[in-house]
Amino acid sequence: MIDLTISTIQETINSLRPGEKGIIGNFAVEKIPLKLQEMGCLPGNEVQLIQLAPFRDPLFLNINGNNLAIRRETADLIEITKVL
Amino acid sequence: MGKQLKVSLIGNPNTGKTSLFNLLTGLNQQVGNYPGITVEKKEGTCRLPGGGKAHILDLPGTYSLNASSADEQLVVESLLRKEQPDFPDLAVVVADVENLKRNLILFTQIKDLKIPAILVINMADQMERRGISLDVELLEKKLNTRVVLMSARKKTGIDELKKQIEDYQQLPVSPCLSVSELDATYFERLQKAFPEEDLYRLWLCVSQDVALKKIDESLLKANEYSERNTPEIKRLQQKETIARYLYINRFLNNAYQVDRTKATDWRSVLDRILTHRIGGYAIFFLIMLLMFQAIYNWSSIPMDFIDQSFAHLSEWTNNHLPEGPFTSLLAEGILPGIGGVVIFVPQIAFLFLFISLLEESGYMSRIVFLMDRLMRRFGLSGKSVVPLISGTACAIPAVMATRNIENWKERMITILVTPFITCSARLPVYLIIIALVIPDQTFVGFNLQGLTLMGLYVLGFGMAVLSAFVLDKIIKNKAHTTFVVEMPAYKVPMAKNVLYTVLEKTKSFVLVAGKIILAISIVLWFLASNGYSDDFYQAEEIVRAQPENTMLSEQEMQTAVASYQLQHSYIGIIGHAIEPVIRPLGYDWKIGIALVTSFAAREVFVGTLATIYSVGSEEEETIKERMSSDVNIRTGKKLFDFPTGISLLLFYAFALQCMSTLAIVKKETNSWKWPFIQLVLMSGFAYLVALGAYQVLT
Repeated sequence: MIDLTISTIQETINSLRPGEKGIIGNFAVEKIPLKLQEMGCLPGNEVQLIQLAPFRDPLFLNINGNNLAIRRETADLIEITKVL
Repeated sequence: MGKQLKVSLIGNPNTGKTSLFNLLTGLNQQVGNYPGITVEKKEGTCRLPGGGKAHILDLPGTYSLNASSADEQLVVESLLRKEQPDFPDLAVVVADVENLKRNLILFTQIKDLKIPAILVINMADQMERRGISLDVELLEKKLNTRVVLMSARKKTGIDELKKQIEDYQQLPVSPCLSVSELDATYFERLQKAFPEEDLYRLWLCVSQDVALKKIDESLLKANEYSERNTPEIKRLQQKETIARYLYINRFLNNAYQVDRTKATDWRSVLDRILTHRIGGYAIFFLIMLLMFQAIYNWSSIPMDFIDQSFAHLSEWTNNHLPEGPFTSLLAEGILPGIGGVVIFVPQIAFLFLFISLLEESGYMSRIVFLMDRLMRRFGLSGKSVVPLISGTACAIPAVMATRNIENWKERMITILVTPFITCSARLPVYLIIIALVIPDQTFVGFNLQGLTLMGLYVLGFGMAVLSAFVLDKIIKNKAHTTFVVEMPAYKVPMAKNVLYTVLEKTKSFVLVAGKIILAISIVLWFLASNGYSDDFYQAEEIVRAQPENTMLSEQEMQTAVASYQLQHSYIGIIGHAIEPVIRPLGYDWKIGIALVTSFAAREVFVGTLATIYSVGSEEEETIKERMSSDVNIRTGKKLFDFPTGISLLLFYAFALQCMSTLAIVKKETNSWKWPFIQLVLMSGFAYLVALGAYQVLT
């Protein structure tokens, strides 16, 4: 089977605009702090971008009901599928 | 003490764990340090309804039993073995009602250690307002525990909790999860390597990101069993976290429901204002302004009072106790030493009042959010803002406040640059030198002296940022960014919590800094009041015999004798010895002595010069007069002229002259390397800058 998703640009948390939601997909486990996963950043959970800090970094997110902030470089590692 | 029930309070940060601790123990609490590290240890006793007493330990807040900081490591270590002194008979896990799901992760981990655990759900008074409904019975059944709903703010549920603590022996100790289900082969192998051990306990030791220390030998081996941070362990940890969430979701979806339509969303409104890209900074700036106003203006009243009280006390001691070495030690060594510490109490208290208000209200996380990007340009983190602000009062609490920066490099840089920030101990030195060398005139409407002082603050901050920028390029990074900040809901700070924090932090400052400053004051006193030569012991005869002194009054004669004696005391000898080194900076031996004593603590500068110029009291006017009329023997000019003054100001701005800072950096970095580097670099740089300034200006 040919994987078509490779040619399309994979969306990450960084692709969200304020107010938008997504479902968390894959990420490289060893690069994401365990603390973030314990706060609910796990495949299948919902993430919403609440607000961007000035200079567009860090990102204020609601993940699985938890309000937290992470940096753009971390957000870039977490794949999502946008929910419309 | 007998057999007292040992209860540990465990919970996520921002759950109101400390409020609960304060409610349970009242003022029956002490705050100490865990041996060897500067993590605070809060303990207290609580009277139970049946007449017994429980010993309550407030463990540092943690999101899980996977430690990523010194605070969290301690929680894990205390829960591993029955033999550990802090191992609890009962764990009270505090959760807040809004983030129950995440809070339960920690609860299931505690249960898996087979420690009896009660679940306390705090902020129950908020449930209705947030549209939350909770089936307590179902929760109790599924988690196999007792659940207590309480509100630390409304003080409800405390009696119920105390009753449950008393009946802790009836709690079931069945685990929630079996780790071996995560990966049968891996865990079989692990169990085979340590057949005697409980598997979950083993797994906790194996998977920790940090090296555990206070555990026994066999667990230590488990902690070193495999390399840390391997992809395999990371993968298993994720599996474990998912399994825990699945476990919790299975019943929480029924037991816990949120009706979003009922919730009033103040948080998002406030966040839009407080983290606005212009308004957010403006509000932050205003709050900082208010804070500095408090630290410098409001605290000057109690500080003057303390200053005068200690001066009177010294004088009284000198006049009323029989003359002798003991009186002299008391009046000239110990009392000024204690006074030198106590004088900073108002500033420290104001600082912590503000910091704890900012933290309790939830605004602190927004500062971190707002500042992170800016700070990162200089190798710092948003979390460095608090230490840097604290540094304007004192570097000691500032260095301690770096503990929650997870990234090793960002934390190191913050610790290293914090001493550049103008701390309150530099203030008396700045004030007296500015008064001596900067004319009291206005320049485009601003007072020149005030401008200079402000310039020195800007210089300190600029230097901190600049050196952070340089260090960022030099220090090799050890790990990925792990920046995760919880953005808690806004709360009205609880007066009791704020008050306790202020009391506690102030007390620990007085103890840490106090011991060192006091010890140094005594050493200084000894060095200044002893010598080995005839010049020292026969000072009176020698001075009286000098022909130019015959005209002096008795008062002036005493002064001349004291001054001569000091010159030939040990400290005078030291001052003369270092004079060649500091002469190019425009200093003479007297300033040299003050520099040496300043290494104990900068503020000693003024007191030392007061002693050298034999001014009986530390009243500023008189010292200033004497200083300004003093002539440098070598140049024939005024000693405290413009070039020397500027050179001194720059030296004090940059040099690390604070034993207590070195001690705290050693404690926090766990090595002598960093404080040593800091001392050499900062003081070396200070020397060069002061040298350059003096040579250019003369």
